[in-house]
Amino acid sequence: MYEKNGEKYFVVDGHMHYWNAAPDNWVPGAEQYAKGWIECFHAYMGLGPPETHWTIEHFQKYSEDDLMKDVFEDGYVDVAIFQPTYLKEWYKEGFNTTERNALMGERHPGKFVYNTRWDPRDGDEGLKVLRQNVERFGSKGCKLYTAEWNNGSRGWKLTDPGSYRYLEACQELGIKNVHVHKGPTIWPLDKDAFDVADVDHVATDFPDLNFIVEHVGLPRIDDFCYMATQEPNVYAGLAVAIGALMHARPRFFARVMGELLFWVGEDKMLFGSDYAIWEPKWQVEGFVDWDFPDSDDFADYPRLGVAGKKKILGLNAANLYGIDVPAEYQLKDGGTPGAHEVLAGQPEEHAVSGA
Amino acid sequence: MTRHTTTPESGAGGPGGLPPRASRAPGDSEVSLLSAALAALEAVRDPELDEPITTLGFVASCTVSAAGGAEVRLRLPTYFCAPNFAFLMVADAYDAVSAVPGVRKTEVVLEDHFAADAINGGVAARAGFARTFDGEAVGELHDLRADFLRKAVMAGTDQVCRPLLAAGTSPAGLPGMTLGDVPPSPALDRLRQRRAELGLPSGDGAPLLIDPATGVRISGEAIPLHLRRARTTRISIEANGGICRGMLRHRYDSAGLKPAVLGEEENSEGGPAACLSSATSDRGGARAER
Repeated sequence: MYEKNGEKYFVVDGHMHYWNAAPDNWVPGAEQYAKGWIECFHAYMGLGPPETHWTIEHFQKYSEDDLMKDVFEDGYVDVAIFQPTYLKEWYKEGFNTTERNALMGERHPGKFVYNTRWDPRDGDEGLKVLRQNVERFGSKGCKLYTAEWNNGSRGWKLTDPGSYRYLEACQELGIKNVHVHKGPTIWPLDKDAFDVADVDHVATDFPDLNFIVEHVGLPRIDDFCYMATQEPNVYAGLAVAIGALMHARPRFFARVMGELLFWVGEDKMLFGSDYAIWEPKWQVEGFVDWDFPDSDDFADYPRLGVAGKKKILGLNAANLYGIDVPAEYQLKDGGTPGAHEVLAGQPEEHAVSGA
Repeated sequence: MTRHTTTPESGAGGPGGLPPRASRAPGDSEVSLLSAALAALEAVRDPELDEPITTLGFVASCTVSAAGGAEVRLRLPTYFCAPNFAFLMVADAYDAVSAVPGVRKTEVVLEDHFAADAINGGVAARAGFARTFDGEAVGELHDLRADFLRKAVMAGTDQVCRPLLAAGTSPAGLPGMTLGDVPPSPALDRLRQRRAELGLPSGDGAPLLIDPATGVRISGEAIPLHLRRARTTRISIEANGGICRGMLRHRYDSAGLKPAVLGEEENSEGGPAACLSSATSDRGGARAER
């Protein structure tokens, strides 16, 4: 919970991690990739305020206590959504798996939502694991990283035939929210790996699923915006947009926010800190204080008020995940409830999974 | 063998790394050859960011020998930058430097990248992308390059139209205008150049607003959406550029080789190299320990 100027904000961190990227977890023979990956993440941290930077050693492997303090005690987060990233070709136990997240989270009831993941290249076996994960962890969302390397393949598209089997399984298993994260590789490598056209297709074919495009489609914000504006079940995950730009490039941040507010709208934008790349504290504080610079350059963008910030920081994600929000944090008159029409007004039976 | 090298460190004599300076005074021909090689590199762009690799800081060093051997070392903001765009930059740098009169042998080395060996070897062997990534790619990168040139045309449209609108031209007046009606500016030159690269009309009589996929003039109800998209495309590219610069700075302490005329003093609005480094400083450079 965050409070400023008498307004109370319920904070759902829609995108965060509990990883082990230390050398003890590197796959022999793939050390350069494991090292390259975490160093790349660490460079992103460099775009946040200097006083929030960590050493690479701390960044590679932080403790449960670190996470609980940074995210909940200092970071104002009420509920955090784990987004697993496996990368088992590079990290022996995986970078951060559903299991690792849940084993830690079960010691803190009510604090976490355990999203799982799938990869269409894992075939029937992967479908079995997906079912097990939903049963064990109550997952209502999944995180897809399309650039993951898997047995010589450097990536996949949501429109691949194998992917449709998994999306159908998601519907059947009650997974509502599909978080999509694009990366630098795909098959074939001559195509643009960051292209979001496949999300457009599956969003149309699976109208009952919500597709949250993580990092607002970066580096294809433009393509993402045109796509999202046409698909009622496509959302913008703000992880990285806030972390990489709000401090380091405030004017670009304002422009990006303006574009998102125009094309996507405040009802369909979700805060995510991307912890441990960045701590939530400065992001929440800065976002609540944020406004467009006083300049004609920004005059024709939709404004973002307190109600909109409340939605983006937590209420939208709470709607998508059926997280109970105490009355004192709900919007008073004036604000629209936000988020998905299908879910709005239909409280989910389950509270936070793992609670 | 004598070599003359310019690196961010050894070339620190001038603000942009130029003019080059070395402990041993190089011959005139070496210096002019190096200058020519650097000028050639200024014409190589990052296709995603639509900016020269020199102003982006991607050129780590450039070396020429008296015998006409050139070696260029490139670096990127991350270990995992997309391999297709990385390949284009290495291949374009190779072609640009090879074409410099007096350069007899060219080597371009991409450093610190997961696919560096494949890319460096493939470019040196002039193998093309599909053969370099045998089994992982089905075609060359022409389509990818064209897609991003079309984005550059959209972004350039915003750069050219925004000042016109600010000066009082109404949006309804834009579709009647030709490129020749627009006052000269670096942004206009750049827009013409990108359109010409795509084979789109770029002369004085060509319409200002066209669909970059078809070349057809934009008119009527399509105008507001076209202008909005142009702006969104520009902002997307510029935001990426801002992030890439910050990442590169975190990764490498040195600024890289830059042409002397373009220093750090870029502005967030207008200007050729534009926009890409905002007037607000990048404050991500310093590092604190914890």
